[in-house]
Amino acid sequence: MNETNSMIHIKGLRDGLLVSLDDAPWEEQLAALVSRVDAQPSFFQGARLALDVASQILHVNDLVSLRDQLSERGIFLWAVVSESPTTEQTAQLLGLATRISKPRPEESRAYAVDDLGEDAALFLDRTLRYGTRIEFAGHVVVLGDVNPGAEIVAEGNVIIWGRLRGMVHAGSKGNREAVICALDFSPMQLRIADEVSAAMDSQTHSKPQVARINEFGSLQAENWSPD
Amino acid sequence: MPAQVVTVTSGKGGVGKTTAVANLAVALASNGSKVVCIDGDIGLRNLDVILGLENRIVYDIVDVIEGRCRLKQAMIKDKKLPNLYLIPAAQTRDKNAVSANDMNHLAKDLRSECDFVLIDSPAGIERGFKNAIAPADRVLVVTNPEISAVRDADRVIGILEAEEKGPGALIINRLNPVLIKKQDMLSAGDVLDLLAIELIGIVPEDEGVLIGSNRGTPVSADPKSRAGQAFRNIARRLKGENVPFLDLDSSGSLWERLQKLTGRK
Repeated sequence: MNETNSMIHIKGLRDGLLVSLDDAPWEEQLAALVSRVDAQPSFFQGARLALDVASQILHVNDLVSLRDQLSERGIFLWAVVSESPTTEQTAQLLGLATRISKPRPEESRAYAVDDLGEDAALFLDRTLRYGTRIEFAGHVVVLGDVNPGAEIVAEGNVIIWGRLRGMVHAGSKGNREAVICALDFSPMQLRIADEVSAAMDSQTHSKPQVARINEFGSLQAENWSPD
Repeated sequence: MPAQVVTVTSGKGGVGKTTAVANLAVALASNGSKVVCIDGDIGLRNLDVILGLENRIVYDIVDVIEGRCRLKQAMIKDKKLPNLYLIPAAQTRDKNAVSANDMNHLAKDLRSECDFVLIDSPAGIERGFKNAIAPADRVLVVTNPEISAVRDADRVIGILEAEEKGPGALIINRLNPVLIKKQDMLSAGDVLDLLAIELIGIVPEDEGVLIGSNRGTPVSADPKSRAGQAFRNIARRLKGENVPFLDLDSSGSLWERLQKLTGRK
Protein backbone atom coordinates (compact mmCIF):
# COMPACT_ATOMS: atom_id res chain seq x y z
CA MET A 1 0.00 0.00 0.00
CA ASN A 2 1.46 3.31 -1.00
CA GLU A 3 -0.21 6.62 -0.45
CA THR A 4 1.20 10.05 -0.97
CA ASN A 5 0.31 13.57 -0.25
CA SER A 6 2.57 16.59 -0.46
CA MET A 7 5.26 15.50 1.97
CA ILE A 8 4.17 12.37 3.76
CA HIS A 9 4.70 8.91 2.36
CA ILE A 10 3.04 6.01 4.08
CA LYS A 11 4.04 2.49 3.39
CA GLY A 12 2.92 -0.80 4.89
CA LEU A 13 5.68 -2.79 6.54
CA ARG A 14 5.45 -6.38 7.60
CA ASP A 15 4.75 -5.34 11.16
CA GLY A 16 3.25 -1.88 10.95
CA LEU A 17 3.52 1.35 9.02
CA LEU A 18 6.50 3.34 7.85
CA VAL A 19 5.88 7.05 7.49
CA SER A 20 8.55 8.97 5.60
CA LEU A 21 8.80 12.73 5.88
CA ASP A 22 11.01 15.02 3.88
CA ASP A 23 13.04 18.07 4.81
CA ALA A 24 10.20 20.60 5.02
CA PRO A 25 9.88 22.50 8.33
CA TRP A 26 9.06 20.18 11.21
CA GLU A 27 5.95 22.06 12.37
CA GLU A 28 4.40 21.72 8.93
CA GLN A 29 5.25 18.05 8.73
CA LEU A 30 3.86 17.39 12.17
CA ALA A 31 0.64 19.20 11.35
CA ALA A 32 0.34 17.34 8.06
CA LEU A 33 0.90 13.99 9.74
CA VAL A 34 -1.64 14.67 12.47
CA SER A 35 -4.26 15.89 10.04
CA ARG A 36 -3.59 12.84 7.89
CA VAL A 37 -4.17 10.58 10.86
CA ASP A 38 -7.32 12.44 11.83
CA ALA A 39 -8.67 12.07 8.31
CA GLN A 40 -8.53 8.27 8.46
CA PRO A 41 -8.68 7.37 12.15
CA SER A 42 -9.74 3.78 11.54
CA PHE A 43 -6.79 3.13 9.26
CA PHE A 44 -4.29 4.29 11.83
CA GLN A 45 -6.02 3.03 14.98
CA GLY A 46 -3.75 0.63 16.85
CA ALA A 47 -0.93 0.90 14.30
CA ARG A 48 2.74 0.34 15.05
CA LEU A 49 4.40 3.27 13.42
CA ALA A 50 8.00 3.86 12.36
CA LEU A 51 8.94 7.34 11.26
CA ASP A 52 11.65 8.22 8.78
CA VAL A 53 12.45 11.90 9.26
CA ALA A 54 15.24 12.19 6.67
CA SER A 55 17.78 14.74 7.91
CA GLN A 56 15.49 16.64 10.30
CA ILE A 57 17.20 17.63 13.51
CA LEU A 58 14.79 16.86 16.32
CA HIS A 59 15.14 17.37 20.04
CA VAL A 60 13.54 15.60 22.94
CA ASN A 61 10.60 18.02 23.08
CA ASP A 62 9.76 17.47 19.41
CA LEU A 63 9.69 13.72 19.71
CA VAL A 64 7.88 13.65 23.04
CA SER A 65 5.16 15.88 21.67
CA LEU A 66 4.92 13.74 18.56
CA ARG A 67 4.75 10.54 20.56
CA ASP A 68 2.04 11.97 22.82
CA GLN A 69 -0.04 13.24 19.93
CA LEU A 70 0.18 9.86 18.24
CA SER A 71 -0.60 7.84 21.34
CA GLU A 72 -3.68 10.01 21.97
CA ARG A 73 -4.85 8.69 18.62
CA GLY A 74 -4.12 5.09 19.45
CA ILE A 75 -0.87 4.91 17.48
CA PHE A 76 2.26 3.38 18.93
CA LEU A 77 5.46 5.09 17.80
CA TRP A 78 8.26 2.56 18.10
CA ALA A 79 11.04 3.80 15.82
CA VAL A 80 12.46 7.01 14.46
CA VAL A 81 14.92 6.67 11.63
CA SER A 82 17.07 9.64 10.79
CA GLU A 83 20.19 10.64 8.93
CA SER A 84 20.94 13.18 11.63
CA PRO A 85 23.03 11.88 14.53
CA THR A 86 21.34 14.38 16.87
CA THR A 87 17.92 13.04 16.06
CA GLU A 88 19.16 9.50 16.40
CA GLN A 89 20.49 10.26 19.87
CA THR A 90 17.23 11.91 20.84
CA ALA A 91 15.30 8.86 19.72
CA GLN A 92 17.60 6.58 21.65
CA LEU A 93 17.17 8.72 24.76
CA LEU A 94 13.44 8.15 24.51
CA GLY A 95 13.91 4.42 24.11
CA LEU A 96 12.82 4.41 20.47
CA ALA A 97 14.40 2.13 17.93
CA THR A 98 16.55 3.92 15.35
CA ARG A 99 16.85 1.07 12.88
CA ILE A 100 14.05 -0.75 11.24
CA SER A 101 15.03 -3.80 9.31
CA LYS A 102 13.38 -2.70 6.12
CA PRO A 103 12.27 -6.05 4.83
CA ARG A 104 13.02 -6.15 1.15
CA PRO A 105 10.37 -8.57 0.07
CA GLU A 106 12.34 -9.80 -2.90
CA GLU A 107 15.41 -10.52 -0.87
CA SER A 108 14.39 -12.33 2.21
CA ARG A 109 11.00 -13.49 3.10
CA ALA A 110 9.41 -15.93 5.46
CA TYR A 111 6.05 -16.85 4.00
CA ALA A 112 3.11 -17.76 6.18
CA VAL A 113 0.84 -20.66 5.39
CA ASP A 114 -2.65 -20.59 6.70
CA ASP A 115 -5.01 -23.38 5.83
CA LEU A 116 -3.22 -25.79 3.56
CA GLY A 117 -1.04 -27.25 6.27
CA GLU A 118 1.94 -29.22 5.10
CA ASP A 119 0.60 -29.62 1.58
CA ALA A 120 1.12 -25.97 0.74
CA ALA A 121 3.71 -25.13 -1.90
CA LEU A 122 5.32 -21.84 -2.80
CA PHE A 123 5.80 -21.32 -6.51
CA LEU A 124 8.58 -18.94 -7.53
CA ASP A 125 8.67 -18.03 -11.17
CA ARG A 126 12.09 -16.39 -11.28
CA THR A 127 15.78 -16.87 -10.69
CA LEU A 128 16.91 -16.53 -7.10
CA ARG A 129 20.06 -14.44 -6.99
CA TYR A 130 22.90 -14.09 -4.51
CA GLY A 131 21.61 -12.80 -1.18
CA THR A 132 18.04 -14.05 -1.61
CA ARG A 133 16.68 -16.23 1.16
CA ILE A 134 13.32 -17.95 0.91
CA GLU A 135 11.80 -19.61 3.96
CA PHE A 136 8.57 -21.50 3.67
CA ALA A 137 6.56 -23.80 5.88
CA GLY A 138 5.74 -26.19 3.04
CA HIS A 139 7.15 -27.22 -0.34
CA VAL A 140 9.00 -24.85 -2.65
CA VAL A 141 8.96 -24.99 -6.43
CA VAL A 142 11.27 -22.74 -8.44
CA LEU A 143 10.89 -22.19 -12.15
CA GLY A 144 14.29 -20.61 -12.69
CA ASP A 145 17.80 -20.96 -11.32
CA VAL A 146 19.02 -20.90 -7.73
CA ASN A 147 22.30 -19.01 -8.01
CA PRO A 148 25.30 -19.34 -5.69
CA GLY A 149 24.61 -17.40 -2.50
CA ALA A 150 20.83 -17.88 -2.68
CA GLU A 151 19.17 -19.97 0.03
CA ILE A 152 15.92 -21.90 0.24
CA VAL A 153 14.70 -23.27 3.55
CA ALA A 154 11.53 -25.34 3.26
CA GLU A 155 9.75 -27.60 5.68
CA GLY A 156 8.75 -29.85 2.78
CA ASN A 157 10.34 -30.79 -0.56
CA VAL A 158 12.19 -28.47 -2.91
CA ILE A 159 11.89 -28.81 -6.66
CA ILE A 160 13.94 -26.65 -8.99
CA TRP A 161 13.17 -26.53 -12.66
CA GLY A 162 16.50 -24.99 -13.49
CA ARG A 163 20.04 -24.96 -12.17
CA LEU A 164 20.69 -25.49 -8.50
CA ARG A 165 23.92 -23.77 -7.48
CA GLY A 166 22.99 -22.28 -4.13
CA MET A 167 22.01 -23.76 -0.76
CA VAL A 168 18.82 -25.71 -0.19
CA HIS A 169 17.50 -27.05 3.10
CA ALA A 170 14.50 -29.34 2.74
CA GLY A 171 12.57 -30.83 5.62
CA SER A 172 13.89 -28.02 7.78
CA LYS A 173 11.71 -28.98 10.75
CA GLY A 174 13.07 -32.49 10.78
CA ASN A 175 11.23 -34.28 7.98
CA ARG A 176 13.78 -36.89 6.86
CA GLU A 177 11.54 -38.00 4.00
CA ALA A 178 11.95 -34.68 2.18
CA VAL A 179 13.67 -34.62 -1.21
CA ILE A 180 15.43 -32.00 -3.30
CA CYS A 181 15.39 -32.23 -7.07
CA ALA A 182 16.84 -30.05 -9.77
CA LEU A 183 17.41 -30.21 -13.50
CA ASP A 184 21.05 -29.21 -13.19
CA PHE A 185 22.36 -30.30 -9.87
CA SER A 186 25.47 -28.54 -8.58
CA PRO A 187 24.49 -27.12 -5.19
CA MET A 188 26.87 -25.27 -2.92
CA GLN A 189 25.44 -27.18 0.03
CA LEU A 190 22.43 -29.37 0.67
CA ARG A 191 20.58 -30.06 3.88
CA ILE A 192 17.72 -32.42 4.53
CA ALA A 193 16.37 -32.38 8.08
CA ASP A 194 19.58 -32.27 10.15
CA GLU A 195 21.86 -33.90 7.58
CA VAL A 196 24.30 -31.56 5.89
CA SER A 197 26.31 -32.20 2.80
CA ALA A 198 28.88 -29.92 1.24
CA ALA A 199 29.04 -29.68 -2.54
CA MET A 200 27.81 -33.08 -3.63
CA ASP A 201 30.11 -33.33 -6.58
CA SER A 202 32.52 -30.81 -7.92
CA GLN A 203 31.75 -31.72 -11.50
CA THR A 204 29.07 -29.72 -13.12
CA HIS A 205 26.16 -31.94 -13.91
CA SER A 206 23.67 -31.14 -16.52
CA LYS A 207 21.56 -34.11 -15.54
CA PRO A 208 18.46 -33.98 -13.39
CA GLN A 209 19.11 -35.41 -9.96
CA VAL A 210 17.20 -36.14 -6.77
CA ALA A 211 18.74 -35.91 -3.31
CA ARG A 212 17.30 -37.76 -0.31
CA ILE A 213 18.40 -39.44 2.88
CA ASN A 214 19.26 -43.05 2.01
CA GLU A 215 18.75 -46.18 4.10
CA PHE A 216 22.12 -45.63 5.81
CA GLY A 217 20.95 -42.26 7.05
CA SER A 218 23.17 -40.10 4.89
CA LEU A 219 22.41 -37.59 2.19
CA GLN A 220 22.71 -38.93 -1.30
CA ALA A 221 22.00 -37.55 -4.77
CA GLU A 222 21.06 -39.82 -7.64
CA ASN A 223 20.50 -39.26 -11.32
CA TRP A 224 16.88 -39.10 -12.13
CA SER A 225 15.66 -41.54 -14.74
CA PRO A 226 12.16 -41.95 -16.06
CA ASP A 227 11.77 -45.59 -15.04
CA MET B 1 15.68 15.05 -25.65
CA PRO B 2 16.17 14.93 -21.90
CA ALA B 3 19.35 13.34 -20.63
CA GLN B 4 19.74 9.67 -19.90
CA VAL B 5 21.00 9.08 -16.37
CA VAL B 6 23.29 6.05 -16.37
CA THR B 7 24.76 4.64 -13.16
CA VAL B 8 27.77 2.35 -13.30
CA THR B 9 28.04 -0.07 -10.40
CA SER B 10 29.45 -3.49 -9.53
CA GLY B 11 29.15 -4.57 -5.93
CA LYS B 12 32.79 -5.63 -5.75
CA GLY B 13 35.49 -3.00 -5.71
CA GLY B 14 38.34 -2.80 -8.16
CA VAL B 15 36.58 -4.27 -11.17
CA GLY B 16 36.83 -1.06 -13.19
CA LYS B 17 33.72 1.01 -12.50
CA THR B 18 35.53 4.32 -12.43
CA THR B 19 37.62 3.44 -15.47
CA ALA B 20 34.45 2.46 -17.31
CA VAL B 21 32.76 5.75 -16.42
CA ALA B 22 35.78 7.77 -17.57
CA ASN B 23 36.08 5.85 -20.81
CA LEU B 24 32.39 5.91 -21.61
CA ALA B 25 32.27 9.62 -20.85
CA VAL B 26 35.16 10.33 -23.21
CA ALA B 27 33.68 8.09 -25.90
CA LEU B 28 30.25 9.70 -25.66
CA ALA B 29 31.65 13.22 -25.57
CA SER B 30 33.96 12.59 -28.55
CA ASN B 31 30.87 11.47 -30.39
CA GLY B 32 29.20 14.82 -29.89
CA SER B 33 27.05 14.17 -26.79
CA LYS B 34 27.14 16.55 -23.90
CA VAL B 35 28.13 14.47 -20.88
CA VAL B 36 28.27 15.19 -17.16
CA CYS B 37 29.98 12.61 -14.94
CA ILE B 38 29.27 12.50 -11.24
CA ASP B 39 31.71 10.84 -8.88
CA GLY B 40 29.42 9.16 -6.37
CA ASP B 41 32.21 7.79 -4.23
CA ILE B 42 32.12 10.51 -1.60
CA GLY B 43 35.25 10.44 0.52
CA LEU B 44 37.28 8.31 -1.89
CA ARG B 45 37.23 10.29 -5.08
CA ASN B 46 39.01 8.85 -8.10
CA LEU B 47 37.20 9.85 -11.24
CA ASP B 48 38.91 13.25 -11.30
CA VAL B 49 42.32 11.55 -11.35
CA ILE B 50 41.44 9.19 -14.17
CA LEU B 51 40.05 12.07 -16.21
CA GLY B 52 43.15 14.11 -15.34
CA LEU B 53 41.16 16.94 -13.79
CA GLU B 54 42.31 16.67 -10.19
CA ASN B 55 44.11 20.00 -10.10
CA ARG B 56 41.08 21.95 -11.34
CA ILE B 57 38.72 21.08 -8.53
CA VAL B 58 37.38 24.01 -6.56
CA TYR B 59 33.88 22.89 -5.58
CA ASP B 60 32.52 19.38 -5.24
CA ILE B 61 29.20 17.57 -5.11
CA VAL B 62 28.72 18.16 -1.38
CA ASP B 63 29.24 21.90 -1.92
CA VAL B 64 26.42 21.83 -4.46
CA ILE B 65 24.11 19.83 -2.22
CA GLU B 66 24.79 21.97 0.82
CA GLY B 67 24.35 25.14 -1.21
CA ARG B 68 27.88 26.52 -1.02
CA CYS B 69 28.07 26.90 -4.77
CA ARG B 70 25.90 26.77 -7.86
CA LEU B 71 25.71 23.57 -9.89
CA LYS B 72 27.59 25.18 -12.80
CA GLN B 73 30.47 26.13 -10.55
CA ALA B 74 31.08 22.51 -9.59
CA MET B 75 30.99 21.30 -13.19
CA ILE B 76 34.61 21.03 -14.28
CA LYS B 77 35.16 21.18 -18.00
CA ASP B 78 37.48 18.57 -19.50
CA LYS B 79 40.91 19.58 -20.83
CA LYS B 80 40.27 18.41 -24.38
CA LEU B 81 36.57 17.78 -24.79
CA PRO B 82 34.50 20.95 -24.39
CA ASN B 83 31.25 19.00 -23.90
CA LEU B 84 32.52 16.75 -21.09
CA TYR B 85 32.08 17.85 -17.48
CA LEU B 86 32.86 16.31 -14.12
CA ILE B 87 31.18 16.90 -10.79
CA PRO B 88 33.81 15.59 -8.38
CA ALA B 89 33.22 13.83 -5.07
CA ALA B 90 34.19 15.44 -1.79
CA GLN B 91 37.45 14.24 -0.30
CA THR B 92 36.85 15.14 3.28
CA ARG B 93 33.29 13.95 3.80
CA ASP B 94 31.64 10.56 3.66
CA LYS B 95 28.56 8.97 2.10
CA ASN B 96 26.28 10.35 4.82
CA ALA B 97 26.76 13.86 3.42
CA VAL B 98 24.50 12.93 0.50
CA SER B 99 21.04 11.36 0.39
CA ALA B 100 19.18 9.58 -2.38
CA ASN B 101 16.92 12.61 -2.57
CA ASP B 102 19.90 14.91 -3.10
CA MET B 103 21.02 12.73 -5.99
CA ASN B 104 17.54 12.81 -7.49
CA HIS B 105 17.45 16.61 -7.32
CA LEU B 106 20.92 16.92 -8.79
CA ALA B 107 20.09 14.56 -11.65
CA LYS B 108 16.86 16.42 -12.28
CA ASP B 109 18.72 19.72 -12.62
CA LEU B 110 21.25 18.12 -14.97
CA ARG B 111 18.73 16.40 -17.22
CA SER B 112 17.91 19.60 -19.09
CA GLU B 113 21.60 20.53 -19.36
CA CYS B 114 23.08 17.57 -21.20
CA ASP B 115 22.57 14.30 -23.10
CA PHE B 116 24.10 11.88 -20.60
CA VAL B 117 24.64 11.94 -16.87
CA LEU B 118 27.08 9.18 -15.87
CA ILE B 119 27.21 8.32 -12.19
CA ASP B 120 30.14 6.40 -10.76
CA SER B 121 28.87 4.32 -7.86
CA PRO B 122 31.03 3.35 -4.90
CA ALA B 123 31.65 -0.36 -4.29
CA GLY B 124 29.34 -2.18 -1.93
CA ILE B 125 25.59 -2.29 -1.57
CA GLU B 126 25.19 0.27 1.19
CA ARG B 127 24.17 3.87 1.24
CA GLY B 128 26.57 5.24 -1.36
CA PHE B 129 25.40 2.61 -3.82
CA LYS B 130 21.74 3.28 -3.04
CA ASN B 131 22.35 7.01 -3.60
CA ALA B 132 24.04 6.35 -6.92
CA ILE B 133 21.27 4.18 -8.33
CA ALA B 134 18.40 6.36 -7.04
CA PRO B 135 18.23 8.71 -10.06
CA ALA B 136 19.29 6.12 -12.68
CA ASP B 137 17.28 5.51 -15.83
CA ARG B 138 19.67 2.76 -16.68
CA VAL B 139 22.22 0.82 -14.65
CA LEU B 140 25.38 -0.74 -16.02
CA VAL B 141 26.80 -3.54 -13.91
CA VAL B 142 30.55 -4.02 -14.35
CA THR B 143 32.11 -7.36 -13.52
CA ASN B 144 35.35 -9.20 -14.14
CA PRO B 145 35.45 -12.79 -15.30
CA GLU B 146 36.23 -14.06 -11.82
CA ILE B 147 33.92 -15.84 -9.44
CA SER B 148 33.81 -13.35 -6.58
CA ALA B 149 33.11 -10.40 -8.88
CA VAL B 150 30.35 -12.33 -10.64
CA ARG B 151 28.73 -13.29 -7.31
CA ASP B 152 28.71 -9.66 -6.21
CA ALA B 153 27.27 -8.62 -9.55
CA ASP B 154 24.51 -11.20 -9.04
CA ARG B 155 23.69 -9.68 -5.66
CA VAL B 156 23.61 -6.19 -7.13
CA ILE B 157 21.32 -7.30 -9.95
CA GLY B 158 18.99 -8.83 -7.37
CA ILE B 159 18.85 -5.51 -5.51
CA LEU B 160 18.28 -3.58 -8.74
CA GLU B 161 15.37 -5.87 -9.53
CA ALA B 162 13.95 -5.41 -6.04
CA GLU B 163 14.28 -1.61 -6.34
CA GLU B 164 12.64 -1.74 -9.73
CA LYS B 165 15.63 -0.32 -11.53
CA GLY B 166 15.50 -3.17 -14.04
CA PRO B 167 18.09 -5.90 -14.11
CA GLY B 168 20.66 -3.57 -15.64
CA ALA B 169 23.03 -4.27 -18.50
CA LEU B 170 26.32 -6.06 -18.09
CA ILE B 171 29.87 -4.98 -18.90
CA ILE B 172 32.41 -7.77 -18.63
CA ASN B 173 35.71 -6.02 -18.04
CA ARG B 174 39.27 -7.35 -18.35
CA LEU B 175 38.54 -10.46 -20.30
CA ASN B 176 41.70 -12.33 -21.24
CA PRO B 177 41.15 -14.69 -24.20
CA VAL B 178 44.46 -16.47 -23.57
CA LEU B 179 43.51 -17.41 -20.01
CA ILE B 180 40.08 -18.50 -21.12
CA LYS B 181 41.60 -20.79 -23.72
CA LYS B 182 43.70 -22.36 -21.01
CA GLN B 183 40.47 -22.62 -18.97
CA ASP B 184 41.99 -20.47 -16.25
CA MET B 185 39.35 -17.78 -16.53
CA LEU B 186 35.60 -17.73 -16.75
CA SER B 187 34.48 -17.04 -20.28
CA ALA B 188 31.93 -14.39 -21.18
CA GLY B 189 29.54 -17.26 -21.76
CA ASP B 190 30.06 -18.59 -18.21
CA VAL B 191 29.39 -15.15 -16.75
CA LEU B 192 26.27 -14.57 -18.81
CA ASP B 193 25.08 -18.05 -18.01
CA LEU B 194 24.92 -17.17 -14.33
CA LEU B 195 23.80 -13.55 -14.48
CA ALA B 196 21.38 -13.93 -17.37
CA ILE B 197 20.99 -10.21 -18.16
CA GLU B 198 21.54 -8.12 -21.25
CA LEU B 199 25.19 -7.82 -22.27
CA ILE B 200 26.22 -4.33 -23.34
CA GLY B 201 29.95 -4.81 -23.70
CA ILE B 202 33.03 -6.95 -23.29
CA VAL B 203 36.28 -5.15 -22.64
CA PRO B 204 39.49 -7.09 -23.20
CA GLU B 205 42.33 -6.95 -20.70
CA ASP B 206 44.67 -4.21 -21.88
CA GLU B 207 47.54 -2.58 -20.04
CA GLY B 208 46.83 0.56 -22.02
CA VAL B 209 43.78 1.09 -19.80
CA LEU B 210 45.93 1.33 -16.68
CA ILE B 211 48.47 3.55 -18.39
CA GLY B 212 45.71 5.82 -19.65
CA SER B 213 44.20 6.04 -16.17
CA ASN B 214 47.52 6.99 -14.64
CA ARG B 215 48.11 9.66 -17.27
CA GLY B 216 44.60 11.03 -16.93
CA THR B 217 43.81 10.32 -20.57
CA PRO B 218 41.27 7.48 -20.83
CA VAL B 219 42.10 4.88 -23.44
CA SER B 220 38.86 5.31 -25.36
CA ALA B 221 40.43 8.42 -26.86
CA ASP B 222 43.07 6.20 -28.47
CA PRO B 223 41.78 4.96 -31.84
CA LYS B 224 44.23 2.03 -31.90
CA SER B 225 43.35 0.53 -28.52
CA ARG B 226 41.19 -2.63 -28.44
CA ALA B 227 39.85 -1.81 -24.99
CA GLY B 228 39.19 1.73 -26.19
CA GLN B 229 37.26 0.31 -29.13
CA ALA B 230 35.22 -1.83 -26.73
CA PHE B 231 34.30 1.24 -24.65
CA ARG B 232 33.46 3.23 -27.79
CA ASN B 233 31.15 0.40 -28.83
CA ILE B 234 29.42 0.44 -25.44
CA ALA B 235 28.93 4.19 -25.80
CA ARG B 236 27.29 3.68 -29.19
CA ARG B 237 25.06 0.97 -27.75
CA LEU B 238 24.03 3.39 -25.00
CA LYS B 239 22.90 5.72 -27.76
CA GLY B 240 20.74 2.94 -29.12
CA GLU B 241 22.91 1.80 -32.00
CA ASN B 242 23.20 -1.87 -32.79
CA VAL B 243 26.95 -2.54 -32.78
CA PRO B 244 28.34 -6.05 -33.20
CA PHE B 245 30.55 -7.38 -30.42
CA LEU B 246 34.31 -7.44 -30.90
CA ASP B 247 35.72 -10.80 -31.82
CA LEU B 248 38.17 -11.26 -28.98
CA ASP B 249 39.02 -14.86 -29.66
CA SER B 250 40.54 -15.62 -33.02
CA SER B 251 39.35 -19.23 -32.94
CA GLY B 252 35.82 -17.97 -32.90
CA SER B 253 34.50 -20.37 -30.28
CA LEU B 254 33.77 -17.60 -27.79
CA TRP B 255 32.20 -15.59 -30.55
CA GLU B 256 29.94 -18.43 -31.53
CA ARG B 257 28.84 -18.93 -27.94
CA LEU B 258 28.16 -15.23 -27.61
CA GLN B 259 26.13 -15.17 -30.76
CA LYS B 260 24.08 -17.98 -29.37
CA LEU B 261 23.66 -16.29 -26.03
CA THR B 262 22.73 -12.90 -27.36
CA GLY B 263 20.44 -14.36 -29.97
CA ARG B 264 22.30 -12.76 -32.89
CA LYS B 265 23.16 -14.80 -35.93
